[in-house]
Amino acid sequence: MTVTESVRSALEQDKVESHLNPVGSFDVADHPVPTGREEIWRFTPLKRLKGLHADAEFMPSATSCTWNTPAGVHIEGVSGEEARTLRGISGLVPNTRHAARILAEVPATLLIDVPADTEVSEPVVVDLHGEDVAVTEAGHVAMRFGAHSKAIVVLNHTGSSTVAAVVEIVVGDGADVTVVSIQDWADDAVHLAHHQALVGRDATYKHAAISFGGDLVRMDANVTYDGPGGSAELLGLYFADAGQHIEHRIFADHNAPHTKSNAIYKGALQGDKAHTVWVGNVLIRKVAEGIETYEENRNLVLTDGCRADSIPNLEIETGEIEGAGHASATARFDDEQLFYLQSRGISEKEAQRLVVHGFFNDLIRKVGVPSIEERLLSTVEAELAKNVLKELF
Amino acid sequence: MKLVITDLHVTVETEDGPKEILKGVTLTINEGETHAIMGPNGSGKSTLAYSIAGHPKYTITGGSVTLGDQDVLAMSVDERARAGLFLAMQYPVEVPGVSVSNFLRTAKTAIDGEAPKLRTWVKDVNAALQQLNLDPTFGTRNVNEGFSGGEKKRHEIAQLELLDPQVAVLDETDSGLDIDALKVVSEGVNRFRAREGKGVLLITHYTRILRYIEPDFVHVFVDGKVAESGGKELADALEANGYDKYLNPASA
Ligand SMILES: Nc1ncnc2c1ncn2[C@@H]1O[C@H](COP(=O)(O)OP(=O)(O)OP(=O)(O)O)[C@@H](O)[C@H]1O
Ligand SMILES: [Mg+2]
Repeated sequence: MTVTESVRSALEQDKVESHLNPVGSFDVADHPVPTGREEIWRFTPLKRLKGLHADAEFMPSATSCTWNTPAGVHIEGVSGEEARTLRGISGLVPNTRHAARILAEVPATLLIDVPADTEVSEPVVVDLHGEDVAVTEAGHVAMRFGAHSKAIVVLNHTGSSTVAAVVEIVVGDGADVTVVSIQDWADDAVHLAHHQALVGRDATYKHAAISFGGDLVRMDANVTYDGPGGSAELLGLYFADAGQHIEHRIFADHNAPHTKSNAIYKGALQGDKAHTVWVGNVLIRKVAEGIETYEENRNLVLTDGCRADSIPNLEIETGEIEGAGHASATARFDDEQLFYLQSRGISEKEAQRLVVHGFFNDLIRKVGVPSIEERLLSTVEAELAKNVLKELF
Repeated sequence: MKLVITDLHVTVETEDGPKEILKGVTLTINEGETHAIMGPNGSGKSTLAYSIAGHPKYTITGGSVTLGDQDVLAMSVDERARAGLFLAMQYPVEVPGVSVSNFLRTAKTAIDGEAPKLRTWVKDVNAALQQLNLDPTFGTRNVNEGFSGGEKKRHEIAQLELLDPQVAVLDETDSGLDIDALKVVSEGVNRFRAREGKGVLLITHYTRILRYIEPDFVHVFVDGKVAESGGKELADALEANGYDKYLNPASA
C-alpha cells in the first residue's frame, strides 16, 4: 500500500496577495490563448481539447437537449437580448478565454427558473446527448432559484460531443438547491465546463460532479456567496479508464462571513494512462470571518500505469475562522482490508469489488438523489467490470 | 477436520533481509479439541495465526499445514476460509463503506457457495448479534469502523458463529475486554465448541480467559516454537510463575 496523506489545520498560509482571484474580464481580447504553462492549464492536455480553449468555431449544436418540467419549474431556451441579460448572473466575470467567448458569442441560453418559495417535488433532469463529436460547440445554462425555493437539477451528459459550457447558478436567500452534473459520455467526448454558483444568504447549495466517460472532461465548479450564512457542499465522483483525462477543480471563494464550504471528491483510476486531476482551491477573504471549510480528495488506484494529481490549496486572509482543513490521499488497494475480507472466504476480486463500492458508497449517499443512486452504483459496477473484475464475468 | 502443523518455519521481510519468526512449530488439533497457546509478547503467536490463514506478509520457508487431507499452504487466503479455517484477528481491519450486514452476507455466500435463505439468515444474524450484546443496528455500521475494542472482538465471534468453520484460530480475542465482555465472548466460543467436531486454537497472553473456556491442551510458546505442552494445569503454573522460566532458563 502506498498512501500519502496530508491533513493540516488552517493558518498555514498567511499571504496577503492571492493568485486565486485575478481580475476577470468579459472582453475576449483580454484573454490570450492559453499555452499550457499557466497554473490553471498546467495539467490539461490542450491538444485534446480540439481548440475549445482557444478559437474553435462554436458551430450549430449537434447535442440534443431534452428535459422534463416538474410543476413549479419554468424551462426554456432563450436568445437575443433575453439571453444576454442572463450572461454573468452568477457574478461570473470570465477568467478564461473560453468562458469569455461563451458569454459573448453563444446565441442562446437554457434558462431554468424556479420561483421564490417553490418546492419542486421531483428532480429536473436535462438530458444532453451528443450526436457528432466532429462538431465543436458551446452552451450557456442559467439556473435561477428564488428565495426559499427547493429544487434538484440533474444535467445528464451522454453520447459524443465536443463541447464547452458555462453553467451559472443563482441560489436565492434561504433556498435549498442541488445541482448534479453527470458526465457519462462515450469514449471520444470532450467536455470543458465551468459551473459558477452564487449562494444567497443562509442558502444551502449542493453541487455534485460525476464523471465516468469521455476522452477529456474538465470541470471547474466554483462558488461565491451573496451574503452571510450560505453553505456549499461540493461533491465529486469520478472513474477514469485507460487513456482518459478527468480533471476537476473547485474554487470556494469565501467572500462573506459565516459561510461554509465542504468538498469531497473521490476517484478511482484503472488502465494505462488513466489520468485524474483534482485541484481544490479555497480562498478565505478578510471579510470572511467565522467561516468553516473542509476539503478532501481521495483516489484509489486500481492498476498500474495510472496517475492521480491531487492539490488542495487553501489561502487564508483572516485569522478569525471557525475551522479550515484539507485532506488528500492517493492509495492502492489496502492489503490488510483485502486480507480481512478474503480470510472470510471472499475471493480476491469480490473483495476488491466490495472495497471499491465501499469507497464510493458514502459519497453516493451524500449526493442524496435517490433516483440516480441506483444508476451510480451500477455505473461503478460497470466500470469495475471493464478491468478489475474482468475475470469475474 | 483435523488441523496438523508440522515443523513450520516462517520468516518476515525486514530492512536487514528475512527474519525467521517461527522456528519449527509442530501441533495437532484433533476434532473437538481446544488448544490454548500462551506466550510472551513477540514470541510469534500472531505470526502462527496469520501464517495458517495465509497473510501475504509471511513467507513459509519450511514445514506443512494440513486440514483434513487438504494442503492448507497450497491454498489462497479465501480458499483456506472456504476449506473450513477461521481466524479471529487480534486487530480486526476497518473496511470503509461496507456494512456489517453486507459483509456477513457476502462472506456466508462465499463460504457456502450459495446465498443464504433470506428469512432464516436475517434471523440468524440478529440472534448472533444479540447473543454477543451487539445492537441490532450494528448491521448498518461499516465493518470495524469506529467500533470499540470490545465491539471488534464481539463482531469477530459473531462471524465465527455465523460462518461455522471447522477450525477456529482465535488470536488474543480476550485482550482489551472487560470482565463482562470477556464472559459474553467466551460464551460465544463455547457455543461454537459445543458443535460437533470443532477445533479451536486459542491464542492468549493471559490465563484469565481459560477460566471461561476450558482448554484440553496448553502449549507454552516461546521464541517461535512450542517450549512445553501439557494439560490445563500448565496454565495454572504459568499463572503462578509467569514466563520467566522459559525466557531465562538459567534462573529457573
Ligand atoms: N516486519 C517485521 N520486521 C521485523 N520484525 C517483525 C516484523 N513483523 C513481525 N516482527 C517480529 O516478529 C515477532 C513475532 O511477532 P508476533 O506479532 O507474531 O508476536 P505475538 O506473540 O503475537 O506478540 P503479542 O503478544 O504482542 O501479540 C516480534 O518480535 C515482531 O517484532
Ligand atoms: Mg499477537
